[in-house]
Amino acid sequence: MMSLAFDPATDFKLLLAVPAIPLVGYVLQIFLRKRLPHGDKLLTLGMFVVMCLTVYLGAKGLHAAYAGERFFHHSSEAGLEFGWLYSTGTVPAAQNLVMGVLYDPLGAAMLAVVGIVSFCVHLFSIGYVHGDKRYSIFFANISLFTFAMLGLVLADNLLVLFIFWELMGAMSYLLIGHFSHDPGQPFFHRWATWACKKAFLTTRVGDVLLFVGIFILWDKFHTLRFTELWAAAKETVAANGGEFPTWLTWAGLCVFGGTVGKSAQFPLHIWLPDAMAGPTPVSAMIHAATMVAAGVFLLGRMYPLLSPTVLSVVTVVGATTALFAATIGTTCYDLKAVLAYSTISQLGFMVAAVGLGGVVAGMFHMTTHAFFKACLFLSAGSVIHGCHHVQDMRLMGGLRKKMPITFACMLICTLAIAGVPYFAGFFSKDEVIKAGFLKILDRRTFDGWSLYALLALSLAAALTAFYMFRLIFLTFYGEYRGNQKQHRFSAMLAAEGVEGPDPNEHAAHDDHGAAHGAHDDHGHAHAQDHGHAHGDEHGHAAHGHAAHGHAAHGHAAHGHAAHGHAKHAPAPKVAHVVHAEKHDEHGGHAEHHAHEPHESPLVMTVALMILGLLGIFGGHFWLTEPQNVFNAHPWFEKLVTPTTLYGEEIASWCAPEPVGEAAVEHFEHLEHAAHLDALIVSSIVAGTGILLAILFYLVWPGIPGRIVAFLGQAYTAVRRKYYIDELVDATVLKLTWKLTYFQKWIDENVIDGLVKTVGALNKFLGVFAALFDKIVIDGAVNAVALASQVFGAAFRLVQTGRIQQYAAFAVGGAVLTAAWLILA
Amino acid sequence: MTEHLLSWITFLPLIGMGLIFFVPSTNTALVKTIALIATGIPFLLATWLYFGLFSKTTGELQFVERVDWISGIQAQYYIGIDGLSLPLVWLSTLLLFIGVPASFGIEKSQKAYYALLMLLEVGINGVFVSQDYFLFYVFWEVMLLPMYFLIGIWGGPRREYAAIKFFLYTLAGSVLMLVAVVALRIDMGGIEGMQAPFSIPEMMAKAKAGLLTGAHLPFGGTLLGMQFTTWVFWFLFIGFAIKVPIVPFHTWLPDAHVEAPTPISVILAGILLKLGGYGMIRACFPIVPSAFHEFAYVLGVIGVVSIVYGAFVALGQTDFKRMVAYSSVSHMGYVLLGLAAMTTWGTTGAALQMFNHGTSAAVLFLVVGVIYDRAHHRDLNGFGGLSQIMPKYWALTTLGFFAALGLPGLAGFVAEAMTLLGAYESALPGMKTLVLISVIGIVITAAFLLYAMQRVFLGKLNPKYAGYKDMTPRELLCQAPFLFLCVALGIFPFFLTDVMRASIDQWMATMGG
Repeated sequence: MMSLAFDPATDFKLLLAVPAIPLVGYVLQIFLRKRLPHGDKLLTLGMFVVMCLTVYLGAKGLHAAYAGERFFHHSSEAGLEFGWLYSTGTVPAAQNLVMGVLYDPLGAAMLAVVGIVSFCVHLFSIGYVHGDKRYSIFFANISLFTFAMLGLVLADNLLVLFIFWELMGAMSYLLIGHFSHDPGQPFFHRWATWACKKAFLTTRVGDVLLFVGIFILWDKFHTLRFTELWAAAKETVAANGGEFPTWLTWAGLCVFGGTVGKSAQFPLHIWLPDAMAGPTPVSAMIHAATMVAAGVFLLGRMYPLLSPTVLSVVTVVGATTALFAATIGTTCYDLKAVLAYSTISQLGFMVAAVGLGGVVAGMFHMTTHAFFKACLFLSAGSVIHGCHHVQDMRLMGGLRKKMPITFACMLICTLAIAGVPYFAGFFSKDEVIKAGFLKILDRRTFDGWSLYALLALSLAAALTAFYMFRLIFLTFYGEYRGNQKQHRFSAMLAAEGVEGPDPNEHAAHDDHGAAHGAHDDHGHAHAQDHGHAHGDEHGHAAHGHAAHGHAAHGHAAHGHAAHGHAKHAPAPKVAHVVHAEKHDEHGGHAEHHAHEPHESPLVMTVALMILGLLGIFGGHFWLTEPQNVFNAHPWFEKLVTPTTLYGEEIASWCAPEPVGEAAVEHFEHLEHAAHLDALIVSSIVAGTGILLAILFYLVWPGIPGRIVAFLGQAYTAVRRKYYIDELVDATVLKLTWKLTYFQKWIDENVIDGLVKTVGALNKFLGVFAALFDKIVIDGAVNAVALASQVFGAAFRLVQTGRIQQYAAFAVGGAVLTAAWLILA
Repeated sequence: MTEHLLSWITFLPLIGMGLIFFVPSTNTALVKTIALIATGIPFLLATWLYFGLFSKTTGELQFVERVDWISGIQAQYYIGIDGLSLPLVWLSTLLLFIGVPASFGIEKSQKAYYALLMLLEVGINGVFVSQDYFLFYVFWEVMLLPMYFLIGIWGGPRREYAAIKFFLYTLAGSVLMLVAVVALRIDMGGIEGMQAPFSIPEMMAKAKAGLLTGAHLPFGGTLLGMQFTTWVFWFLFIGFAIKVPIVPFHTWLPDAHVEAPTPISVILAGILLKLGGYGMIRACFPIVPSAFHEFAYVLGVIGVVSIVYGAFVALGQTDFKRMVAYSSVSHMGYVLLGLAAMTTWGTTGAALQMFNHGTSAAVLFLVVGVIYDRAHHRDLNGFGGLSQIMPKYWALTTLGFFAALGLPGLAGFVAEAMTLLGAYESALPGMKTLVLISVIGIVITAAFLLYAMQRVFLGKLNPKYAGYKDMTPRELLCQAPFLFLCVALGIFPFFLTDVMRASIDQWMATMGG
């Protein structure tokens, strides 16, 4: 019987095996993929082992937590430490970078989440990506992606975290760009071609900020190990009279900059919606367990170093992001776009929670979110797969009967994300709201930012419930609209869709691609590879519909090349043949050629079911104690507390516990009040959102259209994502290109121009010099002539005699100077 | 044998060159074989030296050979290596060795080509092992001539222009260097009991003792109101800076690269540029440390300008090879920035950057060569979708690009991180601001590489190129060692740093930093 006590000697080896398995899988798959016909299954099996290991080790953490022990292990306990910049032991640690494995409650929870989600994604991909041209590469890449996240979670030091952080960026580049190598999917091909670059460069802006943060911390502390950083920060602040020094605030802001990039916070969120250009399982990975979670995880690791100022910034950015992304989410028609904006919004919740001082709440929400968002994305993948790669919700409807398992899983996770009691998301979202209340209820910690955050988050929570149920109703209720070739939009949707084809998603991206293509063809290296050229198109698409009626739809359908409804037949046909074959291979799906949606194969639905269960139980194992659901601490809060995270000393410093009877009583009173308020607020907002969705999309379907008409331009602005992409194009990118061309001009005309002028001058002088050379210092030339003979043969090949004169003159001159200096 | 190991490594290619002269020019196979052997053996010897014989614990010169050479001017044949030169010697033997098979596509006057390649190797390795300034200078010039011919004869359409520009520009640098060397020699000659006035280690020792001040020159310690050491510093610095090259002395580089045949570009970027940086470390800064400290901040500024400016100009290029050339300018800026910081990590980062840029630049130029051999043009906008038909080529290019943009886990990152961390903790005022500016280069570098990736490999396939074959085994084998080094040294940087450590400590002590 395996003991649940943590044994450093063996368990750290298991922990090292966790990232090693996908890494080995990657290497095998890349180098032996032709000789490895079942590489996909092998890698999935590997991930299964990883999942088991991470859950088993996580259970040890939970076991310790319930036993009341602190669960905090560093691999130095088992003698596992590696010098990286210099080999172990050759230089003092302060001049080296010593890596180890940190396994603490947060790491344990996160590792298990990554293990589970990644396994599910692998399993799902066997069904979903099957038949893809680059199937084996896809598996290799997604394995390495997992490896990077696992490594990041286990990092004991900021630079190692940064290494995996960047590696993940590179893998996301490759995975988002998956279709950029596959012209068989023309729409995704064009989109992925620039979306992957956009993702990498946008996040890299954040990465560079994090890098600067590392510089500052290294400069001041000469260590980057988390435990030492926490202690050093505490000492620094103590030495500074209890105030955070300015440089530490800057360091904190820079570190947060990394989070803004990676976790898609405003204003660097722009890459995430476009990351959907990758296959859906990739989206599930990026949006759930890896990549975006990394940014929030970083905040959890660096929380003690964040000054109050930084935390205010974190709060405001997080809350703003949560609200603003939620508003966009209500206007999207692309199934995945809704989910993408909901991810941004939920990440805003997590970030804001950390800013409000609820670091545990933020981490908790990250955990539950990973489960239900992975499930939602994979369900969306299942729907898209079942609908033959249609993504527009207006072409779906009524799918609940055709895809019951997918429907059930998606509904569960929608309930979870909406924050309905008893589902995973409820517990964590409740904690986030509670953190806000805790802060504003106490007069000493109250500030305007927190109040703003609380209001924004509450509103965002209501919107979340609304748009998620909108998604459910549009996709799974009503009539199936995919076959209505003449009137593909029901009356309800036509009424709502005032501005016609969805410029938010496909048509717009199509334009992006086209604009880019044009640039390529003409050889213009312009910034607007997804910018200006389509600005007018958008306007046209947005306003033209009312006048042109349905004529615009065909235009919009360009983007849906794969779904087969477009009037441009050839490409969709090809796509269909591919899908037909795919379904044949799945067996029993051949009858679905005629566009009928169908349930996905077992291998995909199993993954959904696992995650669906976690969507229920991921927040709280409440089946064991249903009566305590509102009182007992969820598992995560048992496992992760500020004390178990940072140690008693640091925790009491950065999250001071009340001292003295009165204070304790006051605190308990506060906490109780905050808990109650949070419970009430989150229930009300979730209920309101769901109710509105029911009213708008089931009961009175005419309402959305009227609201949209009423809002007019304001609605268009939201729908166009507040024009942030356009703004970035017009400012940052435009400036970059201006600078580029300016410097290129300088280089060609000023610097090289100067060189050429000097050259011309020398040439002129050379004519005289050659004469002088011949007549006066022939002797010096003779020495050079000797050398010239050796190279004579080669010289003749150059077909020019001029160089000899220059060389002779220069060397001769140098020799003369030398002679003069020596003799003088 | 080991006591003359360095001489063997240096001069074996010369024997190869001699043998090649006796082979009839029709027997190209034999020429190539000789070239392979004459570059292969030095590579094996250098490998043996690196992994077997070299002692990592001392910063002193090892494998020293020292005999009187030209007694009239007291020049010596004085060679030896330490932890700073050994990695570069090893890299140059590897690059030249790979340069031979990489050149198998060349058809024109092969005998002369390989002979010049051999001579080039002699010059490069000679510079790295020389400890006598006269010898150093001789090797420096020896290297220049074959390079001129290799570009001027086997280059592209504008080869003559590029070759002359390269030659004259670097010759101008050499002349400055020669003047400084002669002046140093005279000053050293005046010091009592000096037996080896050209010896670089002696110069360092005397400089550290404050004896190398130009007191023995006809004009004394100052000339035109400027100190002797300042003069020497700038003469030597500009001489080496042209070679690096750093902004604003860089414009010869894109022209030379664009016109040079692929293997020559690889060697040029891979090792020749490092001679500039190496020259500064070995034969400029420690000889006039006071002047160095005085102008360290200026060097930092020049380094940062190179990083950021080089990256921006690279972003604006439409020629694949020009873009890569400017990326070299940008990357070599880190060397200067790291050296200016005068911290252990900064210096180590600079030394690492020289090596690691050698490998990643080699990959990038080989990548350009692959497509140029097929399409006979390098217009970035003329391609598209190549990953669909050349997946292996795409994969290797991606790895090379990631190495060049400093992705962690690959070699470039270690160097950049150490350089920037070292520069940021520098005691020199203003360095922090410089580092903050230099990180713009990190983003722009990623931008131009990924933008190039998009234009060449992604998107719609140009039907003109639909028939292209993927990389040949020869092309793969040429890139493989460099990519392997990029990965291996990214994961295990201590293979380099452990070797450098003692010498860098000693170097820092000499510099008084």
